[in-house]
Amino acid sequence: MTAPQTYVQTPAAKAAYDVRWQRIMDCVNLKQPDRMPTTMMATFWLAKYGGVSYRQLMYDYEKTKEISERAILEFEPDAPSPTILAIATGRALEAIDFKQLQWPGHGVRDDQPYQYLDREYMKPEEYDEFLFDPTGFYLQKYLPRVAGVFEGLEELPYLPGLHYFRLVASVRMFAKPRVRAALEKLMKAAEEVDIWAGHHADFTQRMAAQGYPMSYIATAVSPYDLLADYFRGATGMMKDLYRNKDKLLAMLEKAATFLVRQTLASSKAFGHPIVFIPVHWAPDAFMSDAQFKTFWWPTFRKMLIGLIDGGVIPMPLWEADCTKRLEVIRDIPAGKCIYWFERTDMVKAFEVLGDVVALRGNISPSLLTTGTPIEVDAAVRHLADNVFHKGGKLILDGAFGIPDETPVENVRAMFAAARKYAG
Amino acid sequence: MAEMTEQERHLVEWLSDMNEDDAFALAKKMLLEEGANPIRVLELCRNAMDIVGKRFEKGEYFLPELVLAGEMLENIGAIAKPLIKQAPGEEPKKLAKVLIGTVHGDLHDIGKNIVTFMLDINGFEVKDIGIDVPVKTFIDEISRFQPDVVGLSGFLTLAFDSMKETIEAIQDAGLRDKLKIMIGGGQVDETVRNYTGADAFGTNAMDAVSLCKNWIGVAA
Repeated sequence: MTAPQTYVQTPAAKAAYDVRWQRIMDCVNLKQPDRMPTTMMATFWLAKYGGVSYRQLMYDYEKTKEISERAILEFEPDAPSPTILAIATGRALEAIDFKQLQWPGHGVRDDQPYQYLDREYMKPEEYDEFLFDPTGFYLQKYLPRVAGVFEGLEELPYLPGLHYFRLVASVRMFAKPRVRAALEKLMKAAEEVDIWAGHHADFTQRMAAQGYPMSYIATAVSPYDLLADYFRGATGMMKDLYRNKDKLLAMLEKAATFLVRQTLASSKAFGHPIVFIPVHWAPDAFMSDAQFKTFWWPTFRKMLIGLIDGGVIPMPLWEADCTKRLEVIRDIPAGKCIYWFERTDMVKAFEVLGDVVALRGNISPSLLTTGTPIEVDAAVRHLADNVFHKGGKLILDGAFGIPDETPVENVRAMFAAARKYAG
Repeated sequence: MAEMTEQERHLVEWLSDMNEDDAFALAKKMLLEEGANPIRVLELCRNAMDIVGKRFEKGEYFLPELVLAGEMLENIGAIAKPLIKQAPGEEPKKLAKVLIGTVHGDLHDIGKNIVTFMLDINGFEVKDIGIDVPVKTFIDEISRFQPDVVGLSGFLTLAFDSMKETIEAIQDAGLRDKLKIMIGGGQVDETVRNYTGADAFGTNAMDAVSLCKNWIGVAA
């Protein structure tokens, strides 16, 4: 790889950067910012904006950076998203032979977004094994199941208990043909993944030099969603609430601890305090209040507190409608988090949470994709009048960013309305 | 249904209370040891599923209970169904036919599967044609199956256009007047219903049951 380009941040760009970042931080700290900040999470919508295919966005780093930069400079959000990490993933996914996604050229067409494959990646009878030794379970079972590059590692020696000459002798297992092949493949894959990371760093530096901080870089997941989405699968997890309740609770506890450690390390490595946490399984319709308070919230709260104590600003995106959860999820220290809502009524969220968290969102995806600029303008005005001007620390964005199919004029209308109605 | 014995009441209660272990053991004992009529046992299961559906409507039960109920029913059905020695035509008459599938471009199926299950246990004949279903497949399946209701499912925003295209194709094929179309999943709301030209949208599995029952004139 060629040496990374260096970018010079002019004093004017630094001032713009600082003002934008301050707006976001004022919201986090529950202080009134000089105007309603905007953020922009654009993923495959950039294909529409830039006139390229989804596949190109996933594979062509330079093109994706160029289109993303163009969009940021046109709409001037206070904080955009790390586009390269989020979508230019094709080469990295191929390099590790990732099996949990289908993406253009790998199961879906070139004009379709990547889609996650909900499967049972851990069987119910494997709870004990995971609980006893999570790292061993990852090496021997989980990693080879989710990415081809790890196939062969299951022949590694069982590590706990190795000692003295037993330890010395076990080293020969690393020369077994399948282990050796896995290690060689891993090193090549790591180089490709490193190139992806390099392009991400290049993009964020390029935008910083032009005055734009990222709205987050590291991502995380709640303990419940980690197990539901990435281990047990949606229906497996739902059955576990009845069939494997105690083991599930034990695993959630364990996950809360290792997720905090991992997320703090990741946030530190990226040098960015805001961590984006998409939340899938909290919505009102998905489980009862009692189940939410038993299975979902306690370990997520524990994780939030751990992250806050470590200097991180958690930014959960509460997907779907979480209105009935608002009173419960209020129970965190004030001025430390951004709660991003998708379909929850933002005015109601402000009423319940306005003195505890900054808010982000939430122009409706159906409105953005099928509505008119006038309707989008009215929706932004509604949020400006009923949340921001009433003291809500609102960061305006789409309900989960800009939906892929959104007409460009609706995106223009959203950002223009934010300036028109809230500074 | 006919008066229940104490044992039968237990089965219904345990199934509807999510007491899977006791319910399954009892159903197995009734079917394999005591020679209970398998049709009667399945009727009891359906009775329990009605209770589950009502608790879901009332907001006492949620997705985990629907999923577990579905699995309990499937496990008991796997024992009961081979024991049925039934003459053709004796099967209970279905309320109406529903064709359901996830529209093209979208691979999601959890919501669709739950809707399929709830429609099935509420007496509908449901044909599930899977995920990422091309427009032409919908048209062909509608022509063959002659459904009263078509359910289009989709989680991603790309599904809005796929639903619209599918409904337009149903219209162009001259099939639109013979059936009702409902949509559901993810981001679907009244704005999307209007955009796609569907007759109605639903936000959960019981909405789908209520819509279908209303359309065919059965009390929901």
